[in-house]
Amino acid sequence: MLLFIEQCLNGLQLGLLLFLVAAGLTLIFGIMDMVNLAHGSLYMIGAYFAATFVAWTGSFVAGAVLAVGATLLVGMLLEVIAIRPLYGRDHLDQVLGTFGLILFFNELVRIVWGPAGLRVPLPDWLKTSVPILPGLQYPTYRIAIIVTALAVALFLYILVMRTRLGMLIRAGASNREMAGALGVNIKLLYTLVFGLGAALAGLAGLMQAPILTVQIGMGENILILAFVIIIIGGIGSIRGAFVAALLVGLIDTIGRAFLPDLLRLFLSYRTASAVTPAISSMMIYLVMAIVLVVRPQGLFQVSGK
Amino acid sequence: MRKLLLATAALIVLAAMPALAPAQEKSVKIGFISTFSGPTAVIGNDMRNAFELALDHIGRKMGGLPVEVIYENDEIRPDVGRQKTEKLIQSDRVNFVVGYIWSNVLLASLKPVVDSQTFLISANAGPHQIAGKLCSPFFFSTSWQNDQTPQAMGLYMNQKGVKTLYLIGPNYAAGKDMLGGVASTYKGKIVGEDLTRWPDQLDFSTELTKVRNTNPEAVFVFYPGAAGVQFLNQYAQSGLRGKIPLYTAFTIDSLSLPLQKELALGVPGAQQWVNDLPNDANKKFVADFRARHKTYPSFYGAQSYDAVNLINSAVTAVNGNLADKDGLRNAMRKADYASVRGPYKYGNNHFPIQNFYLQDVVKDPEGNLTLKTVSTIVENSQDRYAKACPMKW
Repeated sequence: MLLFIEQCLNGLQLGLLLFLVAAGLTLIFGIMDMVNLAHGSLYMIGAYFAATFVAWTGSFVAGAVLAVGATLLVGMLLEVIAIRPLYGRDHLDQVLGTFGLILFFNELVRIVWGPAGLRVPLPDWLKTSVPILPGLQYPTYRIAIIVTALAVALFLYILVMRTRLGMLIRAGASNREMAGALGVNIKLLYTLVFGLGAALAGLAGLMQAPILTVQIGMGENILILAFVIIIIGGIGSIRGAFVAALLVGLIDTIGRAFLPDLLRLFLSYRTASAVTPAISSMMIYLVMAIVLVVRPQGLFQVSGK
Repeated sequence: MRKLLLATAALIVLAAMPALAPAQEKSVKIGFISTFSGPTAVIGNDMRNAFELALDHIGRKMGGLPVEVIYENDEIRPDVGRQKTEKLIQSDRVNFVVGYIWSNVLLASLKPVVDSQTFLISANAGPHQIAGKLCSPFFFSTSWQNDQTPQAMGLYMNQKGVKTLYLIGPNYAAGKDMLGGVASTYKGKIVGEDLTRWPDQLDFSTELTKVRNTNPEAVFVFYPGAAGVQFLNQYAQSGLRGKIPLYTAFTIDSLSLPLQKELALGVPGAQQWVNDLPNDANKKFVADFRARHKTYPSFYGAQSYDAVNLINSAVTAVNGNLADKDGLRNAMRKADYASVRGPYKYGNNHFPIQNFYLQDVVKDPEGNLTLKTVSTIVENSQDRYAKACPMKW
């Protein structure tokens, strides 16, 4: 039972990280009707900024805050320079354009930070594990990720549902011509939304940084999962992204955790270990396929679409 | 009319080509396949650096012929590796294909090379298929068969009296070989085993949670390249470091150490070559490599360095007559060159019969972390698939 709870926590933590990436992606896709393949690059940039700023300030928290701010700026700058010309274009043009940005960012990172990859050291107070239930130790840093991501999810909910800016974002998502006609500065709104999406991706990247190595191309794996999530959750829906991200995180983790034992009932020991990774990653896509068949608009549909 | 003329001209050129090819070779052409992009580019660069150093040490000539090297990037992908290999064989017409970090890339690329009767020298990967049923008179290894290194680790864990063991590795050809290798020599009980998605799964929280709940006496792990850094990182964060000892193969090397730092201290590994092996060839290799690149070479580099000298010994033996494939093969079978691991012999499947050492992480006089030989775990070890190879000589 304790094992099950701990694996659920692992799944929750993975799901929340995926949510941070998917939330930005779904905002940009849903509101701006923009397919942004370079979203994974912003995740990578966030991690690289964190590595630099943590080393520079000597404090993990200060470095993280600076990195989020820097990624926000990079995102807004990117929107003005490179994304804006792509708005009126076909989705295929956007895919090509933003794919080019992936190559650009990968090469830029190689020039600035070198090919070898970086490590972000954690402060001692985050390196340990703490008891959260009798007999259940959980790494402090992973708890910190869960808490931070939940707080960000709450902040996003309040921002989108309770503030004037959120109202404009929702208005832009339902009908951007009408919102523009009513005098909303759509250009500025788009720059802000893109920057917000970039900051969320950067936050996910920097929170992953101490667990993984900061390396070139780190955003590309997570980008595919993020797209799966926004399709399951419904394009443009933050709530949908939240539910779908948790679903994907839990399915992936629980699959990896318990499938081998299940499969070993009727397969050989080594074969069971070998097919588990394949099956557990397949399950996510299976869920996506079922959602696409049963509810093509995703679990949570944005009204007006 | 113009089309007809062009076609005729093309036909004449095509017809003339085979007539040109057998003429006396002007150079030794070597194709080198490794990973030169992405997070594992550090491994490919280290191999290239060592390969270039070896060429400089022999004056960039073999048997009187100048050496020409063409480097190709496999992007860690079997399909790309195979394409690049076919390109080296068909359009560059190389005499030797060298390299291959990854077993799955090597397995995909083997057939076009040996079918064209070109020699393939693996400077790292050693999948069991090529040591057994797929063994070929055109394949040689300057590294090991995948099972051998973890087998040595299994023997060492027996010496240490480890009673229960958990195995973790990536789910591809080499990962399966490595875990199988440990299981074949380890005498205690294997209480758990996980193969993880490769190369994209980098978060091991699920697996580490299982380790904690199974509570084995030790964990054996195989994660080459950057994944090894992540594994050690997460092992420490999960609170398992210091509680359950780790035993490794190919997880800690001179390329990953600068990132693993103190987390690698006290984690033993097995290897057929360590930078402090006291033979003259190795002293020269390590000293010159450090002078040129300011870092220690890795075992990947050592194996690439050996590949140059193995080829050189063969080309010199046939006096530069590269058409004499039997002569080249017979010369390479003798392994008659100064290997940086010390002398070794080839088994019937062209994999080395060699010693394996226990290595540990220490600080050098300048304060850098480096690897040091502690003891010899096993002498003259031969892989366990040689009997399945039908080749006899």
